[in-house]
Amino acid sequence: MQRQVALIKQSLFDQGYLDEQFMELEELQDDANPNFVEEVSALYFKDSARLINNIDQALERGSFDFNRLDSYMHQFKGSSTSIGASKVKAECTTFREYCRAGNAEGCLRTFQQLKKEHSMLRKKLEQYFQLARQAGPKETARRPK
Amino acid sequence: MEKSGFSPVGLRVLVVDDDPTWLKILEKMLKKCSYEVTTCGLAREALRLLRERKDGYDIVISDVNMPDMDGFKLLEHVGLELDLPVIMMSVDGETSRVMKGVQHGACDYLLKPIRMKELKIIWQHVLRKKLQEVRDIEGCGYEGGGDWITRYDEAHFLGGGEDVSFGKKRKDFDFEKKLLQDESDPSPSSSKKARVVWSVELHQKFVNAVNQIGCDHKAGPKKILDLMNVPWLTRENVASHLQKYRLYLSRLEKGKELKCYSGGVKNMDSSPKDAEVNSGYQSPGKSSYVFSGGNSLIQKVTEIDPKPLASASLSDPNTDVIMPPKTKKTRIGFDPPISSSSAFDSLLPWNDVPETLESKPVLYENSFLQQPPLPSQSSYVANSVPSLMEEEMKSPYETPAGGSSVNVDEFLMPQDKNPSVTLQDLDPSAISNLKLQEFSSNVTNNTEAILRSLNWEIPESHHSASLDTDLDLIWLQGERFLANTGLQFQDYSSSPSLLSELSPHLWYGNERLPDPDEYSFMVDQGLFIS
Repeated sequence: MQRQVALIKQSLFDQGYLDEQFMELEELQDDANPNFVEEVSALYFKDSARLINNIDQALERGSFDFNRLDSYMHQFKGSSTSIGASKVKAECTTFREYCRAGNAEGCLRTFQQLKKEHSMLRKKLEQYFQLARQAGPKETARRPK
Repeated sequence: MEKSGFSPVGLRVLVVDDDPTWLKILEKMLKKCSYEVTTCGLAREALRLLRERKDGYDIVISDVNMPDMDGFKLLEHVGLELDLPVIMMSVDGETSRVMKGVQHGACDYLLKPIRMKELKIIWQHVLRKKLQEVRDIEGCGYEGGGDWITRYDEAHFLGGGEDVSFGKKRKDFDFEKKLLQDESDPSPSSSKKARVVWSVELHQKFVNAVNQIGCDHKAGPKKILDLMNVPWLTRENVASHLQKYRLYLSRLEKGKELKCYSGGVKNMDSSPKDAEVNSGYQSPGKSSYVFSGGNSLIQKVTEIDPKPLASASLSDPNTDVIMPPKTKKTRIGFDPPISSSSAFDSLLPWNDVPETLESKPVLYENSFLQQPPLPSQSSYVANSVPSLMEEEMKSPYETPAGGSSVNVDEFLMPQDKNPSVTLQDLDPSAISNLKLQEFSSNVTNNTEAILRSLNWEIPESHHSASLDTDLDLIWLQGERFLANTGLQFQDYSSSPSLLSELSPHLWYGNERLPDPDEYSFMVDQGLFIS
């Protein structure tokens, strides 16, 4: 089962959902914080949901305050780097570029994409953590190729 | 001599980040580095914690983007008020932002995601700062000994044992006591880090002593200390206080200069640091002191040879493209520091940089820049403008300065159009235009050193709130200014009517007023250059 877990994790990396930051987090996990990665992940999703909400509201208003949107996205990007959510981070970057270009439509499109990626990652990580818990004590993190 | 060493273990770190995920991660990472970690989600909260326990932390790590206060501002407060090393963090690695961080005194700028290895070495900054403090204090008013102290303490720290960690406060610096006492300082000086609280009365005594002595180069810490006649005060207390005072005054000078640039022209004629400046001043002693202080700032700055910043986008630092030839002989004229004396008087007592700072820029603005009230950020900008101006004038030493206080005023006018010009609005495109960059990069090397030498202790007492606000702002600005330029004094040639000559020559030698972004960027530069 642990092999399964490892494979799932590997695929997350391979598919670009996660980057090295996730591995760094795993290395931080120790006896003092045996569920560190999962906790951080949960924290991230909780906080990022809030940010997404803010951005949603800002976009719904339709006024397109690009500065504010950019600022939100800056926060979001920073947050997403914390767990290594690389696809999400990429969408953040794109969004900010649209903001700087003043491209409202681009922003909207990108944001939809961002939410998709975010949601996808959340699902995958939830699966992963669940499986990992079932598999028993986690093996030490190994860097996938 | 105690064989005390230095150890990163137990380094007391304060982490400030509004992102809860990062806060958690950083806490874990820092704990893994065997540091003592305190986390904080708000800048104001962080300041409160820091002020509550002034010697309670060794280093601060803060994100640049905080919701309640600009990270750079926090950085400044911490650096100036508490003289702690500050590391900035951000997901944004844009050169201008990094530069801004360095200019504001950050000893490092980390990009998120942050790695363990980056955190493992942050203790270096603490050590470095401590060493520099010793050096700077020693260098500022003591007769010699600076060199050997430097060598000594470096060897001492770097070669020392591991028997002392940060947990044992200041034990590392007991050797300083010996050094300082060797200078026949009769006062029972504790380690350098024992912070003196400069109360109103104490400061008044200090100011009186300074005025009594007269011009700058005579006003050394020993003399001041003697005049003050405060038995428990040590020369090093006075020395560090003197540094800050000079900073403050020079900052005021710059403000005054902006305000009455036309009047300042006459000052241009005088040779450096002489009593000519005193003429027409209300308090000659003070004014000469101020003047010299300001001059010393310039001198120090000009010592620095421009070096290119790490970013490759900067042009050749030695090309004095901006400053037209006739400005070569420029120097800064100081307006009679009438308001500076009075402003300084009202500065007492000093307060913490107030939370109200950002909501009460009005007084300062009005008194120094004759501008309509602008948001706090603008006041910050305005503050730094004089510095920039001053810097602009130091062309003889290939400093890429180009403006004059006249221009600054012209600049300030456009503020009305764009009141939201802030230091934060750095325009990367302005980088290529700004020679100041190179300079600021050099200055920031000094900045670090000098800032760290400012052992500023601000009493908690509060008096007139609004006034304090502005004065604190002034003070901070002044401190930063001086921090960048140091205190050495040199001869400085002057050019009459510089200001009028320079009026057509705008900041960067092009016949246009830079746009607000550029302006704020320049101002930002100036803040740390002049």
